[in-house]
Amino acid sequence: MSSLALHQADPAAGTSPGTARGPARPRRIALVPTLTLLLGAVYCLLPVVWVVIASTKSGRELFSTFTFWPGTGFTGNVSELSSYRDGVYWQWMGNSALYAGLGALLSTCVSAFSGYALAIYRFRGRETMFNILLAGVLMPPVILAIPQYLLLAKADLTDSYLSVLLPQILSPYGVYLARIYAAAAVPADVVEAGRMDGAGEWRIFTRVALPMMLPGLVTVFLFQFVAIWNNFLLPYIMLSDDEKFPITLGLHTLLEQGANTPALYTLVITGAFLAVFPLVALFLVVQRFWSLDLLSGAVKS
Amino acid sequence: MPYTKRRRLVSSAVAVALGATALAACGSSSDDEAQSGPVSLTYWTWAPGMDKVVDLWNKGPGKKEQITVTVKKQASGDTLVTKILTAHKAGKAPDLVQAEYQALPTLVSNDALADISGEVGDAKEKFADGVWQQTTLGTDAVYAVPQDIGPMMFYYREDLFKKYGLKVPATWDEFAETARALKKKAPDTDLTTFSANDSGLFAGLAQQAGAKWWTTSGDKWKVGINDAATQKVAEFWGDLVKEGAIDDQPMYTPAWNKALNTGKQIAWVSAVWAPGTLTTAAPDTKGKWAMAPLPQWSDGENRTGSWGGSSTAVTTDSEHKDAAAKFAAWLNTDGDALSALAKESGIYPASTSAQLSGAFTSPPEYFSNQPDFYRKAAEIAETTAPSAWGPNVNVAYTTFKDAFGAAAKNKSDFTAALDTMQEETVADLEKQGFEVAQ
Repeated sequence: MSSLALHQADPAAGTSPGTARGPARPRRIALVPTLTLLLGAVYCLLPVVWVVIASTKSGRELFSTFTFWPGTGFTGNVSELSSYRDGVYWQWMGNSALYAGLGALLSTCVSAFSGYALAIYRFRGRETMFNILLAGVLMPPVILAIPQYLLLAKADLTDSYLSVLLPQILSPYGVYLARIYAAAAVPADVVEAGRMDGAGEWRIFTRVALPMMLPGLVTVFLFQFVAIWNNFLLPYIMLSDDEKFPITLGLHTLLEQGANTPALYTLVITGAFLAVFPLVALFLVVQRFWSLDLLSGAVKS
Repeated sequence: MPYTKRRRLVSSAVAVALGATALAACGSSSDDEAQSGPVSLTYWTWAPGMDKVVDLWNKGPGKKEQITVTVKKQASGDTLVTKILTAHKAGKAPDLVQAEYQALPTLVSNDALADISGEVGDAKEKFADGVWQQTTLGTDAVYAVPQDIGPMMFYYREDLFKKYGLKVPATWDEFAETARALKKKAPDTDLTTFSANDSGLFAGLAQQAGAKWWTTSGDKWKVGINDAATQKVAEFWGDLVKEGAIDDQPMYTPAWNKALNTGKQIAWVSAVWAPGTLTTAAPDTKGKWAMAPLPQWSDGENRTGSWGGSSTAVTTDSEHKDAAAKFAAWLNTDGDALSALAKESGIYPASTSAQLSGAFTSPPEYFSNQPDFYRKAAEIAETTAPSAWGPNVNVAYTTFKDAFGAAAKNKSDFTAALDTMQEETVADLEKQGFEVAQ
């Protein structure tokens, strides 16, 4: 799922520099780069096509018919998935939406506050703090899952919604991105002008800086949303009650049912396919924020 | 591994047993008080439909004893062992866990499983000795109650065996001859495949040949992965792969499913749960397969290995070990519980009396052509050779996949791959702080 989400990001992210550069003169198509990119696109999209087609096949057809020929079982698969253990799949979907939506929102807020503070204010220890943060960016979150579990176990918070939400609110990468973005998008002159006009720091942040940082924050939100949506190990360690599972974990339990029970391939494939839709929808809705003309009207140079 | 291991040897039975009794003592004293009030237990399991079986307990005997069990469904596999150990480190492991037999030494050496010999000792006679022995680890303690087993068998396409004029092999020599004969008659058809992805299958085959991969002598572990018996098995399959008499592609892939479904592979060395797998892997060949005992290494021998199977264990973190052990015993020995397990979870019970009970009087639907399927299966189950698991089965299994995967691909020496497996397993044991006898 993670690879898919990234491919969704690529074309969307690519649109903004294209529009910024303005219309180019008609040129000869560069053959080698185009072919390479096409090849890359096929390589990336083929598995997606496989998932889409495989989700239309019934259990009988899945391994016996031609791979890229659609089957006849899509509605059957969906209704079977919906009825599996009284519709626990949709519960997982709701959980994932909660973890990813709320988690990404809170994480974006924290990133915006700290990124702005690190970029605009000068205070003792700022660089040290930022360097520690950079080290945090290099640290894969996977290795933190178990220490976080042990910590939350001390607070008796394991196996709860909070146990999955809390650790994902602070994202070093998000803070880093917000700082870089704030430093580039919020000119010191603008902040200074706000102060001259008598605006308080909070007002400057919410009314002046935040709108300028919006495209960057949207990026942080999306990254964090996708990261939480696809996260596996943290909820795996934290949760034992499958009513609280996110979708990644739920689908995993469908696959690993023990040696004497066949894996529910058709349900997993259909489930994975349906789980992509919220991500695609999110990208389609949010990508317009990237094409904002970032600094329009802020300072004229 | 992220958790720090207690450097404790399973075989230092005294220490473990003492510790466990001490804990059990604490447990039972608090249980005396708990007996008056209701007890609620959590149970990590991956068996599908287990919640329905547990409902029987909660509405029946559990209600009488005021013991309520809640199922928390998990994914099976090695990762679950890690999850249990992580939870145990925080003192938050559930009261009851489902554990595969080969995972028990790992859990016991981390002090995660309680000795429940006091509560479930009487259940011993309900199980075959070879099965029960896996839950005691050769000590006086009992760390789990057996739930399901996977005695290995030979599955073949009855119709195609007739068509190609093949006989069901009774020995492994005949098996090799059958594979060669088939290659001659139908060059693009294989008898079966050697899958380097399925460590459990290889372990079961070695077990049938009499291998003992992990044993203890005094305070030390002894690893015998490259012992004579296992070498015999590795050479046998290695030669077949080298001469091209069988396929070398992994199992459980779409290609493998297709090969079974279209008759490109006409036999499968598997276990009692094969009908379930075949139902999804080869839906078009329903009713065309038959089951026979595993080929033997010499005439007159009658042994099989096991592939899969699991048990119910009580953790040391449980505050109600007596109650938990009571439930574990009920779940795996009570007639109603076992028939519900067979119906809802599709397990093949470890309890010998259940193997011929109601649910197993008629064959699995896929094998409707073999009415005595389960009677035969019970006979085969009785011949299961004892197994010997150690605290790092996962490492041995991973090395198996790497080393044998490469060997099968290059058609190179399987015994060399076996040596690699031995070395890495020993090295890992030593790294974990266990003493290893050379």
